[in-house]
Amino acid sequence: MATDHELRLRERLTRLRGLNLLGGTRLSAELEKLQRQLERIQAAPTDEEIWRSVELARHQDRPYTLDYVERLFEDWVELHGDRGRADDAAVVVGIGRFEGRTVALIGNQKGRDIKERTKRNFGMAYPEGYRKAMRLMELAERHGFPLLSLVDIPGAYPGVAAEQHGQGGAIARSQALMSRLGVPIVTCVIGEGGSGGAIATALADRVLMQANSIYTVISPEGCAAILWRDAAEAKKAAAAFKPDAVHCLELGVIDSIVPEPEGGAHTDPDEAARLLGEALRDALDELEPIPADELKRTRRAKFRSLGVYA
Amino acid sequence: MSSRIDVSIEHRNVPEPPGKKHPNTCPACDSHYRDDELEAALWVCPHCGHHFTMRARTRIASLADEGSFSEEAADLRSEDPLDFFDLRPYTERLAEAEMKTGLGEAMVIGQAAIDGNGCELAVMDFSFMGGSMGSVVGEKFSRACDSAAQRGVPLVSITASGGARMQEGILSLMQLPKTVCAVEDLHDAGQPMISVMTHPTTAGVLASFASLGDVIVAEPGALLAFTGPRVVQQTTREKLPEDFGLAEQNLRFGHIDAIVPRPELRAYVTRLLRLFGPNGD
Ligand SMILES: [Zn+2]
Repeated sequence: MATDHELRLRERLTRLRGLNLLGGTRLSAELEKLQRQLERIQAAPTDEEIWRSVELARHQDRPYTLDYVERLFEDWVELHGDRGRADDAAVVVGIGRFEGRTVALIGNQKGRDIKERTKRNFGMAYPEGYRKAMRLMELAERHGFPLLSLVDIPGAYPGVAAEQHGQGGAIARSQALMSRLGVPIVTCVIGEGGSGGAIATALADRVLMQANSIYTVISPEGCAAILWRDAAEAKKAAAAFKPDAVHCLELGVIDSIVPEPEGGAHTDPDEAARLLGEALRDALDELEPIPADELKRTRRAKFRSLGVYA
Repeated sequence: MSSRIDVSIEHRNVPEPPGKKHPNTCPACDSHYRDDELEAALWVCPHCGHHFTMRARTRIASLADEGSFSEEAADLRSEDPLDFFDLRPYTERLAEAEMKTGLGEAMVIGQAAIDGNGCELAVMDFSFMGGSMGSVVGEKFSRACDSAAQRGVPLVSITASGGARMQEGILSLMQLPKTVCAVEDLHDAGQPMISVMTHPTTAGVLASFASLGDVIVAEPGALLAFTGPRVVQQTTREKLPEDFGLAEQNLRFGHIDAIVPRPELRAYVTRLLRLFGPNGD
């Protein structure tokens, strides 16, 4: 079924074709561009498929960071606290053995039952969570451990104390620190990559997304509430801003897509972990021979090239 | 429950419009002024000291030595990578913003001198789509960092933004790491960044380059928050402190260095530029 988007493109195309090419080359370039867009969206996920990704990314049985740690790491030691004022349970950090090497890991963590969900603040980090992550980044740098980060956060926590403790500044400084590290960094979005809360720990040499995860500047509901003035239009909003892995790959925001078991990661967590482990290992193998200075330079250059303008 | 939270957005963190008041009527004390009266007072209410929103070009004129400003990247324009359409197409919103503001985007950058001290300016304009940060704002800021680094001068950033430009989807989020990396490259080149946060500096801009200044100052009463008061109130039902998210609270909690009233800003920035500049200058 044709999407609204596709219909609009077709309409514009027909209208442009109807004009005698008065604009000359400019107009025909525009025609070509529209034609290309049309071909692309026919191959891209449909609005329905995008919404399915949103639902799977938020599925209550979807594996979380610690589910993967337990399947992929040996000798895992979880570390706690930001060395300042708190231990944010929405962010898990630690060191462990992964495929024969010691790595440092940062991951967002949601809760399984209502008690754990409350304890982990539904996965929404405070500034203390980002300071905890930064402490791990420094540890990784000091000892030359590669850094892995698993992103699964609806968004940074919007609360009074979070603001008073400097939510915006913490997210900015966490990114800045990642841009200075000389060790390889690999990030994978394993569920919700929610806005500033996600990018805080995602400034990596390789950014991966699981096939049914989403990466967003704003939640579909939030976007719908603002632009459509109705949170119930979330599906339309998601179709418009395209948070799915395929579109993120196409826009150059991620480097590759990690496959999931048929039906989503929650249908077979062991297989999901195996596929994720393979992707993380391949990325690390590629990055480890690269000298620190070059890693850092290339990482910054990659992020500095993101954007589309004329 | 993920529907509860949201953060980096264009309008949401912006304070309620002050009723249907005329833009030249002071929202704090109701005094009304002509354009030229406010212009002469740097858009600060002569009666109560309220800081009105200042347009980017007016700001530049108020800081830079006369004739010293040389704009860069003025012709950069947003594309519409997602062919974004909500109730209206993004391209239409862009065209309208350009007509309304006479600006190509929500940021103006260029070389300048302030009291004889060379610097690079990156100034945001809230009138252009709420000062939201999309690909062009990110690219302009990034180029401002490079221009400062190449010429060996400090960067003075002046922000006014509701957050990320939703209509550019994930690419607008990517302007956070992009501008962060640009500041880091500037720092590696040995140059400082002075960040001046004006009302409002929120969400994506606060969570990226604006917070990375070597020195961070704010205008009195400016809202500086990752999530604005209305959303925090709606989501958490917490009782908000009187000065929630304002510059004054941020100073108290240690997030900024000073609150500098607009009439004193030029002298304050000049002093910093001299201190960061080469010895003996
Ligand atoms: Zn007043």
